Amino acid sequence: MEAAHTHGHGDHHAHHPSGFMRWVTTTNHKDIGTLYLIFSLTMFFVGGLLALMLRLELFEPGMQFWRPEFFNQLTTMHGLIMVFGAIMPAFVGFANWQIPMMIGAPDMAFARMNNWSFWLLPPAAILLVASFFVPGGATAAGWTIYAPLSTQMGPGMDLAIFALHIMGASSIMGSINIVTTILNMRAPGMTLMKMPLFVWTWLITAYLLIAVMPVLAGAVTMLLTDRHFGTNFFNAAGGGDPVMFQHIFWFFGHPEVYIMILPGFGIVSQIVPTFARKPLFGYSSMVYATASIAILSFIVWAHHMFTVGMPASAQLFFMYATMLIAVPTGVKVFNWIATMWKGSMTFETPMLFACGFIFVFSMGGFTGLVLAITPVDIQLQDTYYVVAHFHYVLVAGSLFALFGGVYYWIPKWTGHMYNEAAGKLHFWLSMIFFNITFFPMHFTGLAGLPRRVPDYNMQFADFNMISTVGAFGFGLSQLILVYVIVKCIKGGDKATDKVWEGAEGLEWTLSSPPPYHSFETPPAVK
Amino acid sequence: MISKGFRSVAAVAAWLAAEAALANRYNLQEPQSIIAHQIYDLHTLIMWIIVGIFVVVFGAMTYSIVMHRKSVGHKAEQFHENTTVEIIWTVIPFIILIGMAWPATKTIISMKDTSGADITIKATGYQWKWGYDYLQEGISFFSSLSTPREQIEDYERKGTKKGENYLIEVDNPVVVPIGKKVRIITTANDVIHAWWVPQLGIKQDAIPGFVRDTWFRADKEGTYRGQCAELCGKDHGFMPIVVEAVSAEKYASWVAEQKKKVAAAAPDPGKQWTLDELKTQGEKLYAGNCGACHQANGMGIPGNFPALSGSKVATGPKEEQIKLVLNGRKGQFTPTSMMPPQAGLSDLEIAALITYTRNSWANKTGDMVTPAEVKAARK
Repeated sequence: MEAAHTHGHGDHHAHHPSGFMRWVTTTNHKDIGTLYLIFSLTMFFVGGLLALMLRLELFEPGMQFWRPEFFNQLTTMHGLIMVFGAIMPAFVGFANWQIPMMIGAPDMAFARMNNWSFWLLPPAAILLVASFFVPGGATAAGWTIYAPLSTQMGPGMDLAIFALHIMGASSIMGSINIVTTILNMRAPGMTLMKMPLFVWTWLITAYLLIAVMPVLAGAVTMLLTDRHFGTNFFNAAGGGDPVMFQHIFWFFGHPEVYIMILPGFGIVSQIVPTFARKPLFGYSSMVYATASIAILSFIVWAHHMFTVGMPASAQLFFMYATMLIAVPTGVKVFNWIATMWKGSMTFETPMLFACGFIFVFSMGGFTGLVLAITPVDIQLQDTYYVVAHFHYVLVAGSLFALFGGVYYWIPKWTGHMYNEAAGKLHFWLSMIFFNITFFPMHFTGLAGLPRRVPDYNMQFADFNMISTVGAFGFGLSQLILVYVIVKCIKGGDKATDKVWEGAEGLEWTLSSPPPYHSFETPPAVK
Repeated sequence: MISKGFRSVAAVAAWLAAEAALANRYNLQEPQSIIAHQIYDLHTLIMWIIVGIFVVVFGAMTYSIVMHRKSVGHKAEQFHENTTVEIIWTVIPFIILIGMAWPATKTIISMKDTSGADITIKATGYQWKWGYDYLQEGISFFSSLSTPREQIEDYERKGTKKGENYLIEVDNPVVVPIGKKVRIITTANDVIHAWWVPQLGIKQDAIPGFVRDTWFRADKEGTYRGQCAELCGKDHGFMPIVVEAVSAEKYASWVAEQKKKVAAAAPDPGKQWTLDELKTQGEKLYAGNCGACHQANGMGIPGNFPALSGSKVATGPKEEQIKLVLNGRKGQFTPTSMMPPQAGLSDLEIAALITYTRNSWANKTGDMVTPAEVKAARK
């Protein structure tokens, strides 16, 4: 990574340390962005390893590898690590790298807090991973840590609670920094409605994070006091209510889902116009659609809990509200396609991932519509259908958008072009193996396979075998990404400033790689 | 030629028939109640709507990807922003959504109507089995997985032979008459479970300390299988649900038989049990209630589940063991080994279990726990 910043430009300020201390003490948005991205890539492989371990057990019926209690630890920690360790920090990494460059600012608003919000993450990750090695192992209550199952767990649960607190604090600080940077540090002439869509989606995401991370912190704190200090928030025997935990958790959890996808929408909205060589079809409707999705995300949480036994009126309200989300989401998909329409498209790796994203994310959107229908959801809730649905939106959605973003901006970040053939191979293998892994889960879910079970009846055997083969293919394909990134940092064809023929925006006016302090004098925005 | 053509048509027809027979491999299970039928139809309707949208949207995207590419010489047009188009693609989805919401609303209202039930059954979730109470008939029993552990555990990877209903079979199924409205009341003893039978179209969380309800009316005689649908700890995947729908006559005779069993099982306070009688009873109960953790050989799983063979509890004072079995125990630092309270079992069952554990494997205390002692300890 060192080379990314020392190569090709001599305007380094002499006052910052080099070597290891450079990364520990850095207040530079690019260095911190890099740290976030390396951290999330590492956690992506840790979480992926857990996924492969649990798919191994599911390869065929019968218990061959793990005891059921350890299997539950695998599913739980796979979820927690992927959500809080891989996807969320990756988007913050993109925000750090891109937002100052895209709005014409020299750096982020709160440079020291930026350092602190990153360096909170490694201790949290260590707590999570270390929890496997405490007595009783990691928490096995599912990533949703529903009470009272989570109050039964051992010290692994306490480590997870502490890790969530730390990561929540990190997210809140990161969000405050992003909001402040966007609202105060735009170049003269860049009005809000001239901001690139990636910046818009992050502005809205940051507000969501500030609104809901404290809610999660509250939920896990109540869990902690129920576990150790004799409170009864979620214990019916003491006058509490286990379902209240679910309400609080999903009041955080549903906006969290959009926290993980909105910046992805932003990345795709940057990539598609570049490679279609045509402006985004409806800029302002995209902004309004993003805002609508964010607002609606606060009033749909109970669709995760249709089977808890709520009154019909509540089921109806949450069903209608959930269905409404399809409207702004549809507007986004239609806009991307209208942007492609009559363009002059080329399909370099970023565009492949963007097209793949639109296609596969929409499939996840369709199954989301199926699940919005309360009676159908009651049949499918907690089955593999739901597992298929959220992996279509989270892997093929968020993750493919992130991959697209990496290929799109890495020439700018490193100053070198990446290996296009390897990038394309990475896309096609990811796309094919992703579908081999997750498409059969629609069938097993419909036919009645519950999720989070370590073993199953023979009727599900063939589809599970296919899924496991696909999962190993998908996991191994990700090594290509590491190869591409490492090669690209070390060297390669020199990237031009503009990198892509159709690229528009301030970041492309900077050199590749960009100077240490992005814009020392604000650029003029027409 | 003709015969060859005929043969291939026949082959295709046979394949289609085979696929149709397997249709539920790709779809919801065959519905067997009015609500399950409505859910099935709703799902089919929505699938077709989705397929329609899929074809239109991705047809346009595919056309564009093929035709509007630089490599075929397409020049980019620069149009953007069109309010009319934006309004159209906001309003049309909205109308489609209303078309979907209407039938769904009707189903929600009917699935929530648990009034006028003919039979009420309380289903209680335990870690990890179900308890059933027929409230009018006064029948109560537990229902645990009946698949033998030897079929499940294959850690030496020898490949064990598995039965047709592997993991979806129980010792005591729920028996209901067809054509009657059955109200299921759910609750739980420890953590949240969910009572789910796909073919009957119901799934209802069972929440400790709270009571929820749902209903079904089975159309046809048959055996309907489901599973716990809410993660409830270690053996979440091993607590299935089996509902047997039978004719009214068969149901009546089943009820009579169960009542007779209840009467027979009612502990005759005068009966003098012998150690061997209790031990034999206890051995049967041990597999379903204790063996999952403490293992059939009484050795437990080191680090997770304590061994009973040679344990201080099972060889020490029996009063302590009775208390522990009744109240359960929270592991100090090995929470997965937390032992759930077994107070739901009868005095006789607990007495038999404890007697068995005190006189098996390495344990040779030679003493016996009587139902009366358990009864006394409950107070």
